[in-house]
Amino acid sequence: MTRVAPAPARPQPETHPTQWVRRTGNVMSIVRTLCLALAAAGLAAPIAGAQSGPLRIVIEEGVIEPLPFAAPTFIAENPGAAEIAASITRVVAADLAGTGLFREIPASAFISPVTSFDAPVAYADWKAINAQALITGAVAVGSDGRINVKFRPYDVFSGTELGAGMQFGGGQGDWRRIAHKVADQIYSRITGETGYFDSRVVYVSESGPKDARLKRLAIMDYDGANVQYLTDSSTIVLAPRFSPSGDRILYTSFETGFPRIKLMDIASVTSRALAELSGNMTFAPRFSPDGGTVVFSLSQDGNTDLYAMQLSSGQTTQLTNAPSIETAPSFSPDGSRIVFESDRSGNQQLYIMPAGGGEATRISFGEGRYGTPVWSPRGDMIAFTKQNAGRFHIGVMRTDGSEERLLTASFLDEGPTWAPNGRVIMFTRESAGAGGAAQLYSVDISGRNLKPVPMEGSASDPAWSPLLP
Amino acid sequence: MNKLSTILLLTGALALSACNNPDRFGAGGAGAAGAGGAGGITAGGLGDPGDPNSIAYFNQTIGDRVLFAVDQSTLTPEGQATLAQQAVWLNQHPTNTAIIEGHADEQGTREYNLALGDRRANAVKAYLISQGVSAARLQTVSYGKERPLAVCSDEACYSQNRRAVTVVGVGAGV
Repeated sequence: MTRVAPAPARPQPETHPTQWVRRTGNVMSIVRTLCLALAAAGLAAPIAGAQSGPLRIVIEEGVIEPLPFAAPTFIAENPGAAEIAASITRVVAADLAGTGLFREIPASAFISPVTSFDAPVAYADWKAINAQALITGAVAVGSDGRINVKFRPYDVFSGTELGAGMQFGGGQGDWRRIAHKVADQIYSRITGETGYFDSRVVYVSESGPKDARLKRLAIMDYDGANVQYLTDSSTIVLAPRFSPSGDRILYTSFETGFPRIKLMDIASVTSRALAELSGNMTFAPRFSPDGGTVVFSLSQDGNTDLYAMQLSSGQTTQLTNAPSIETAPSFSPDGSRIVFESDRSGNQQLYIMPAGGGEATRISFGEGRYGTPVWSPRGDMIAFTKQNAGRFHIGVMRTDGSEERLLTASFLDEGPTWAPNGRVIMFTRESAGAGGAAQLYSVDISGRNLKPVPMEGSASDPAWSPLLP
Repeated sequence: MNKLSTILLLTGALALSACNNPDRFGAGGAGAAGAGGAGGITAGGLGDPGDPNSIAYFNQTIGDRVLFAVDQSTLTPEGQATLAQQAVWLNQHPTNTAIIEGHADEQGTREYNLALGDRRANAVKAYLISQGVSAARLQTVSYGKERPLAVCSDEACYSQNRRAVTVVGVGAGV
């Protein structure tokens, strides 16, 4: 897939790029705030009559009224492009609506058709159906089969483009990725956040009965499309984790009969054991942010501690030395610290220590047990699994343990993973009973928009990739 | 060991197993242990549970597993009694090796349960070693919560799943 280029100049008065909120740095003064979380104060942000300025959703806590948008089917610039243009439009709209921050206005409500990518926008017709944002696009398929997608997002009520139009090119097989990239641009321009749609999830696909579950590694787009299996079901595999560059996976396999960390190259689907280590079990691996180090748990004689291994040299350092269980380590994005769980206090709690080991500071103090901490890619939060009073929760807290917020509650929720922009968390939810099965769910860090990931069959242990290049 | 003491042991083991684990003779046990693929043993070839030299005797008559309290790896008195007999059998059959599988119930996170299963397996290993079994004959493996024996989601099943199973291999060279 080739890279972004600006869309051709448009025969219309252009917006001034310097007015774009993300580029100016003078954000708050010119933001036309939409749907800000003022419900608690009994205030509803007026929308139609708001003063001019870039269209903007500020992602905050509280109830959000989704922003209505219209995405007329992208124009097919040649006859062979019609089907793929329609498919791309659907994925763009699904990405946006799937965040819970946007609501798609159905095409049946449209007053004026969009017949040309470069024709002037009939803003009044889109205002009349209360479309706050309008997305137009055009798709061409070249004689070599390559596709080219142009798009322009508009702020209907201020009558301006939301930043410059762009275009993406790629092979036919890339059409979903291109659609995700378009949606990421739109999401980013309206929310001020980095997008997360052009990303993948590696997970464990599950089948078979509960007492003889078959598990295999699989990878898919963040929205459940394009599933590819990476291992067969001949042995138990657990908890895959992406490298920072997204091209490799660490996971735990019972292939030798004993839990051992393996490292897989995704492109070639080849794995190797991480290293020959003493001890009878290595598990819970995770990469450092620079990809050069793996931090993991190693169990020896019934005691589990944390270790770090330099991938280039294989040199291994013991980071903790305690008779308690130390596991589920996760680096801070700057690589300086590690959050992990330990039962040194008598039950599972969260601790932070320097990346090289040393004194650990406990950060979880609420009721119940805390496990599987994962540092947010933004660095400001830690997601975790909490067990209390017979229920499981996915929650987030500040890195000092303050502002703990539980996002979910169920019979068994566990194993959070962050979207690349740190705004959404995916996790495993398992249902109870003999017929119980695991499914992947996602939820905003505000606790909104809890929903299953649309996919076939059972799945567990998701790990979200970085945003793809 | 003379014949009398063997018979006494046998009686004791049956009584223990009856209160510990009524499902022990069910197909689920063999399936769960075999599914892990650790021991490399098959359902056949274990012999007659009435033959004190058979692995079937070890598995069923002595009892191949011990159970644990929630989030614990401490051996119960019942568990220690079972393990004492396992040790006697292993000491009488010095060419057999064993892999001890540690398991947890589903009420816990995946990583923690792997570590907890490892603790349980090692608690059994340490006890067998204390009874004279050579450490070189024993290996441990944790399955965490990956291989429940009983599949309901309440204590009746959880109590069976919090277990460590001694899987005896045929001959040396685990």
